[in-house]
Amino acid sequence: MRIVHYLNQFYAGLGGEETAGIGPRMLDGTVGPGRLLAQLLGDQHQIVATIVCGDNHAASNATASQELLDLARGAGAELVVAGPAFGSGRYGLACARLVAAADAAGLPALATMHPDNPGITDAGTAPVVAAGATAREMRPTLQRVAAAIAKLAAGATLTAGDGLVVKAARIGRLVEQRAAARAVELVLRRLAGDQQSTEVPVGGFDAVEPAAPVDKAASATVALVTEGAVVPAGNPDRLESARATRWLRYQIEGVDALASGEWESVAGGFATTAANADPNRLLPLDAARTLEREGAIGRLHGEFMVTVGNGTPVATARRFGVEWAAELRKAGVQAAILTAT
Amino acid sequence: MITNLVTIAEQVGAPRIVPGRGIPYPSGDPNLSPQAEQAWRRRLVQRALDAVATAVEHPTIFEVDVVERADA
Repeated sequence: MRIVHYLNQFYAGLGGEETAGIGPRMLDGTVGPGRLLAQLLGDQHQIVATIVCGDNHAASNATASQELLDLARGAGAELVVAGPAFGSGRYGLACARLVAAADAAGLPALATMHPDNPGITDAGTAPVVAAGATAREMRPTLQRVAAAIAKLAAGATLTAGDGLVVKAARIGRLVEQRAAARAVELVLRRLAGDQQSTEVPVGGFDAVEPAAPVDKAASATVALVTEGAVVPAGNPDRLESARATRWLRYQIEGVDALASGEWESVAGGFATTAANADPNRLLPLDAARTLEREGAIGRLHGEFMVTVGNGTPVATARRFGVEWAAELRKAGVQAAILTAT
Repeated sequence: MITNLVTIAEQVGAPRIVPGRGIPYPSGDPNLSPQAEQAWRRRLVQRALDAVATAVEHPTIFEVDVVERADA
């Protein structure tokens, strides 16, 4: 089978964040992870070309997937394989959109990423094989992908046993009333004040009850908090750059601004050049101090709290939020300004 | 919350949202001169202070009225 393999700019060896804006292009033969995949596939299937696009370009241009698909067709693809994107959001989105476009056009396609990758929902009806959370799991992931490719080539359908990420099953059942009658009944219940009843529960985030406003910021104690991973230079407490398991706090009593060279961001999800040139771009300490001096803020809390939001699971982030709120309340803080990347 | 990802902040239910200008620099704008950037950051924080002193029921966006732009 003639395979065309999709990679982002990083795995294609074309650069990091600085080349994330490059458009679709094609490289001959195998590149990066494609070499191992080709080795695992043996002689029966051949990766004839590698197509590449920068993550920012792919995630923000609706036409990128079609251009990539045209490149794959031009190379004579009989199957498009995209990834592994592991847990990377933009890369996962790019892989998912490409295989969805290929699948819709009748060209067999397969993407691979972690089941929690937010891009996965864009894969449409194309199969997605589970990858590990990080590139540390490259080999076992590609072994699974190679086995899945062999199965597809033999004309079989993938199942959960092959690592296929299975969407929630819908199971039919007979009900007494037809849909129109049930819909009217639901409307009547809603009008009567029932906000909960539904036949289609939609997953989502907690509803956050907004806190009551402060009377006057000019007499309130205000804290600065961030998920932008701002830490003292050298990261002495080893905050993770992704998938945080904890948060940290740093003293800023008597500090007027976050000086470049003394503070830095260790966030792994975006280019930190601008933030490291002036860390106040991530945590606005200089402006908050000025406003405190001028009386617009009653008092700035003596420490800030920090974690990294990059790839951090919602459940963990929720726990951090609860802990921060409890700590700040205990310290007599009335309001917090959260800067988020 | 000061962030450039306003739609995501709204979707997850952040009650008070002040829009920044870039994902990697929520409280800055490297395209401005240093003085203009200071002024911009001050307006952002001032707007965040307005936000925490305002009652809201749903995710609400507190835009900053501004003049500091790189092309201005």
